[in-house]
Amino acid sequence: MNGLTRMKKFHQARWNEPIIYELSEPGQRGVLVPGPCCECASKEEILGTLPEHMVRKDLANLPEIAQLQLVRHYNHLSQENLGVDGNIDIGQGTCTMKYSPKVHERLAGSPKMLHMHPLQPANTAQGVLEIMYKTGELFKAISGLDVFSVQPGGGSHGVLALASVVRAYWRDKGEEEKRDEIITTLFSHPADAAVPIVKGYKVTIIQPDSEGYPDIEAFKAALSDRTAAIFFTNPEDTGIFNVRIKEFTKLAHEKGVLCCYDQANANGLLGITRTAEADFDMSFFNLHKTFSAPHGCGGPATGMVAARKELRPYMPVPLVEYCPEKGYYLDFDLPKSCGKIKSFWGVIPVVLKAYSWIMTLGADGLREVSRVAILNNNYCMKKILAIKGASMSFPNHPSRIEQVRYSWEKLKKDTGFGTADVQRCIADFGTHYWSSHEPFVIPEPFTIEPSESYSKKDIDDYCAVLEEISRMCYEEPEAVEHAPSNSTVHHIDHDYFDDPAKYSITWRSYNRKYKGYFEPK
Amino acid sequence: MAAKSYPYIPNSVAEVQEEMLRFIGVGSIEDLIADIPEEVRMKEPMELPEPFEDEAGIYRHVSGIMNKNSTAEELRCFLGAGCYNRYVPAVVDEVINRSEFLTAYAGEPYEDHGRFHALFEYQSMMAELLDFDVCNVPNYDGSQACGTALRMATRITKRKEVLIPRNLNPDVLKVVETYLQPDVKITYVNYNDKTGRICLDSLKACLTDKAAAVLVMNPNFFGIIEDKAQEIADMAHKAGALMVAYVEPSTLGVLTPPSRYGADIACGDIQPLGIHMNYGGGVAGFVATSEKPEIIEEYPSRLFGIAPTSEGEWGFGDVLWERTSFANRDSAKEFVGTHSALWGIAAGVYLASMGPQGMKELGEAILQRQVCLKKVLSKIKGVKLDRFSGTSFEEIVVDFSGTGKTVKEINEKLLEKGILGGFDLGKCFPGLEGCSLLCVTEQTTAEDIKAIADALSEIIG
Repeated sequence: MNGLTRMKKFHQARWNEPIIYELSEPGQRGVLVPGPCCECASKEEILGTLPEHMVRKDLANLPEIAQLQLVRHYNHLSQENLGVDGNIDIGQGTCTMKYSPKVHERLAGSPKMLHMHPLQPANTAQGVLEIMYKTGELFKAISGLDVFSVQPGGGSHGVLALASVVRAYWRDKGEEEKRDEIITTLFSHPADAAVPIVKGYKVTIIQPDSEGYPDIEAFKAALSDRTAAIFFTNPEDTGIFNVRIKEFTKLAHEKGVLCCYDQANANGLLGITRTAEADFDMSFFNLHKTFSAPHGCGGPATGMVAARKELRPYMPVPLVEYCPEKGYYLDFDLPKSCGKIKSFWGVIPVVLKAYSWIMTLGADGLREVSRVAILNNNYCMKKILAIKGASMSFPNHPSRIEQVRYSWEKLKKDTGFGTADVQRCIADFGTHYWSSHEPFVIPEPFTIEPSESYSKKDIDDYCAVLEEISRMCYEEPEAVEHAPSNSTVHHIDHDYFDDPAKYSITWRSYNRKYKGYFEPK
Repeated sequence: MAAKSYPYIPNSVAEVQEEMLRFIGVGSIEDLIADIPEEVRMKEPMELPEPFEDEAGIYRHVSGIMNKNSTAEELRCFLGAGCYNRYVPAVVDEVINRSEFLTAYAGEPYEDHGRFHALFEYQSMMAELLDFDVCNVPNYDGSQACGTALRMATRITKRKEVLIPRNLNPDVLKVVETYLQPDVKITYVNYNDKTGRICLDSLKACLTDKAAAVLVMNPNFFGIIEDKAQEIADMAHKAGALMVAYVEPSTLGVLTPPSRYGADIACGDIQPLGIHMNYGGGVAGFVATSEKPEIIEEYPSRLFGIAPTSEGEWGFGDVLWERTSFANRDSAKEFVGTHSALWGIAAGVYLASMGPQGMKELGEAILQRQVCLKKVLSKIKGVKLDRFSGTSFEEIVVDFSGTGKTVKEINEKLLEKGILGGFDLGKCFPGLEGCSLLCVTEQTTAEDIKAIADALSEIIG
């Protein structure tokens, strides 16, 4: 049976799983809690220490469920989820869905990680501090920069850290008030615009020119002595490497502007080009993307910040340092720091996974990661462009780095079906497809990123599915309209997500608004 | 061409690469990146250590480093201060380590129905614990949740100042300061030096019609219950401000939930709800409120809602997507991104496995150990437990200032005896030099309490 035939016969688990409250039965318990540690005081005496009005009189309305029934419920839910381990997960472009080695889970799941309290004295935490420190040392080679913080809890948080460093830098230079603008590009990640706004910046978004590069004339016009920093993703979400990147950083530096490189899309660049070579002052890397830590349904994650040594005074506190007398330790002595970005020190299990990954692959392996990511992408691109109704943005570029933003504009024109319809259909084939970041400046967009984890056959199968969906759009419109039919649930009514009278974000709210199955009360 | 085979890179095999290159119609991978200019190319290979290519080798290497740690499980842990050495039931680890959850990301409500369903249930259970109608998909941590709750208040009230008590967790405060800069003004409210609670006179002096929010941490950083929370809420409301409560959710089986003392927004960290400490990596934030549309509009986070399907199933999706920075990059409410969803699923499993009775018993178990610790320590000469008169819950302030020894010295001696001592309050709070914040959890045993008492008697002499 070939891949497409097999995938056409797919049916995802459909358990019609109840809401956990519907499984609740009075008196059931999932786990028991230790009783008192000794007989030193009665329960009445203990509760009597609390002010009467601060004691909760009722029990919290939580479900009551025995352990097997609880495990069964969550196992059913997990089966109604795919994940990288369950599908050819190349349809989530910009997110670098790749394999997360199991040995990393074993290491990060060790009691030596799980049971570490963040405020333990450094001499009891030498192992975990060493991992944090040495990860920074590895990134010296990977980024070409000098100082590192693993504090941010994701890519957007990395942008927040960079924007905070920018503000601290200009405060120190006495230009915090004047330098109140940040420049980014349309095909940078949305966070590169959204996050600096939280830090009080006015943001200018540079539109692409006809070739898909950020318009350099528009950039020159936007740059001024009010510009605090630029935030550029490269390659951009189109998969196009901005070949004039050094011109941009040169122009910015001439105005004294700090250059921040969003390296969330770095999977095709390892060992080829770096932040330092492009003359950026700072960057962040997603350890949960390029560096293999799993995405966990959307975190926990790490947006590791890297900077030139001149910017060390402004970095988030604390930094991890080493000296022979003290060993590894947290250095809080940064009086000009931008402050803290996250509770405690960051998501250390994610750091450990990235460290393990880099130390497994080495310089040659990392370069091979990027070479194969590029190879896979360009192979996939040629296959997709052969599909009826599909095209790509900015078709003049002969090749792309690690991903491509495509378009179903023609499919839409021909059949009335667009990217959202393809998205619904693909669930019937046991895989996943995302459209693209908004706004949809490229009509009916989709973004495919076949990272190095995927085999040639994986890519062939995925492309065969896209081709089949295209065929269905042209030849079997009814099947497309009703999709998905082999997924976890059927067509979801989106009217229930925007109207305050209809939406319910909790079961409690549902029960106040409805009885039975969505019958208004 | 790769000379060796990489288990994580199937297409590193030379023959496969050649076949793919032929299909593309180029001679080499280098041809595909010919447009990357020479001036930005690396001239030399990355200088990285020799790798541990086989799995046994990397396992030995990394576990060798990690074995240098001494954990809270190996030591007797009395450290809290925002991260709690809770027991995590095995079912929690079982569920979140299922690779369908662990390795998923941002799938659609069809093929990734499971995560939407599980997180909707998490939101529902958190709302019950907090006695609110809405709770978000977790954000990074309690600190960010606190910053977001305060920023939400500024948008709701259209005011630009927030009042923060000085008995807030200093780690949370540091993050909140970064998060609110530069456009939200922070005014600090003192705590009462005798009770350890928020000083109502100080609050009164600070509270004007400019304030968007009054923040209360409950129990506060000293472990003390803010039993005047309702009065504080009334004062805030009278001034047109919101009351934001930063609460430790695992206390709420026993303590009054924040909505019942006038809080408009609750926030905090779910680490104590079944998430391993992970050296501080096991944190995730929540924000909860009533269901008023004007409040819901101000959440920056994902909010998963329930909806019907064409075949009568429970379907799920994003409520008010247009609020988020994914939809609206330059006019969003703050921002959203990859936060801490897996920890949200963990907390959901935890709450479901504990149930109503379990959460109550957990609170009682913790409170009993705190009372016991206080009783035992009160017998040690030189140790004072009355630095603050307010009521404790899971953490107590122990005053060693009369012993002639610093907290640092005492903690070093305790560590020699295998005990992780408390948080040194003098480091962050002027006037509390010599005071240590000790914490118990349901894992604390009578032997642990005896051990620290014996050790302290000996150290203090």
